[in-house]
Amino acid sequence: MLTARNLAVNGIVPCDIHLDAGECVTLSGASGSGKSLVLRALADLDPHDGDIALDGEAQSVTPAPTWRRQVAYLASEPGWWEDRIAPHFPDDEAVAPWLGALGLSPTLLAQTVATASTGERQRLALIRTLLLEPRVLLLDEPTSGLDDEAAGRVEVVLGERLAAGTAILLVTHDRRLAERMGQRHLRIAGGVLA
Amino acid sequence: MIVSLDAFDLALAALLVVLNAILSRRLGLALERPLLVAATRTAVQLFLVGFVIKALFALQSPLWTGLMALVMILAAGYEVLARQSRRFTGVWAYGLGTLSVAAGAGLVTLLALSVVVQPEPWYQPRYAVPLLGMVLGNAMTAISLALDSLVTSANRERAAIEARLALGADRATAMRSVAHQALRTGLMPIINAMSAAGIIALPGMMTGQILAGADPVEAVKYQILIMFLIAGGTGIGVFLAVTIGARRLSDQRHRLRLDRLRAAE
Repeated sequence: MLTARNLAVNGIVPCDIHLDAGECVTLSGASGSGKSLVLRALADLDPHDGDIALDGEAQSVTPAPTWRRQVAYLASEPGWWEDRIAPHFPDDEAVAPWLGALGLSPTLLAQTVATASTGERQRLALIRTLLLEPRVLLLDEPTSGLDDEAAGRVEVVLGERLAAGTAILLVTHDRRLAERMGQRHLRIAGGVLA
Repeated sequence: MIVSLDAFDLALAALLVVLNAILSRRLGLALERPLLVAATRTAVQLFLVGFVIKALFALQSPLWTGLMALVMILAAGYEVLARQSRRFTGVWAYGLGTLSVAAGAGLVTLLALSVVVQPEPWYQPRYAVPLLGMVLGNAMTAISLALDSLVTSANRERAAIEARLALGADRATAMRSVAHQALRTGLMPIINAMSAAGIIALPGMMTGQILAGADPVEAVKYQILIMFLIAGGTGIGVFLAVTIGARRLSDQRHRLRLDRLRAAE
């Protein structure tokens, strides 16, 4: 579904990446090895070389906003642009079922971003991305700030997305999560992705 | 009618600056050197420009007046550059500020000369140079503030801007709050100046005209004109600087391009 040929980002030897529908591929490597750079290039958030395509449709000919709604990147520390949480979502009703699934309080939307905990913000950001219904999810450490229970809920939700045909490229330091979720495992070491 | 100042009068006033310097020395503020250097610069620069303007008045030449205007605009552009904590890379560093200052102050001054004041001839340096100078000085400050706000907050709000981009927003939407903040920052000083004029502060130009023997109401009319010209020139300049700056901080693929800024000094 998502293919990248000769993808070259800063400090990484040009590489090929392929993701099928409903497939979860994990990406690991030391901090600073360039995992996030690969995800950002796939979402076209950084200038890069190489040919990336979604179902044969080249990234370079797709308007960037359209591309990013289909190949959605979730940063490890997602940003917020309003004081209150609610304006970050298109409508409250669409959010409600996700809140429950991820173990978040229904009253959370009425709060401000500053009063939400790191773990709450991380899951809210995941919801924000899932609401786009992207074909490909590029997730940068989606469970890093979460306790085991919350991380388990995220895993369940992501499993449902996979079953529905979404492809996931998952960057995580959690080896057990990677083994449970990933059908294939990629690793970056010394600027080489394999 | 005008009381002419001689060297002794200015020397007396200079004693006040020296007094400040002595105070700074006593308190160990280490401000005495910058203070005296700045005071000397004021005297030298103003005398020089006084003679230049006097020569311009005598020449009445559109060419020389235009040259003076060009030098003033280029100097204002340099001041905008000097006040940026993070500069754009390449020609944009100097180009963006200079272009905005030139467009804002230049357009408004031309409008004032050709339609409002209408001196004969329209380029008469007695009107052209001071009008341009006042609009330029204010536009320069406003554009410096606005550009600095734009790049500083784009840096600070990087995560927020990129979150919006990652969710499929276009660059204008993603940069909007940062751009609006920069516009507000740039326009605040002239709004404050217009609000305070006459109550909290007697504007310098009007005060000068009154001291020089002009009718206070005539002086007030000129001051109002100047205020409006400054507001117009500042608005155009700040809008240009922020709009072009925000576009330069992003690219056609709707990416945030902070790599087009140099590191903070």
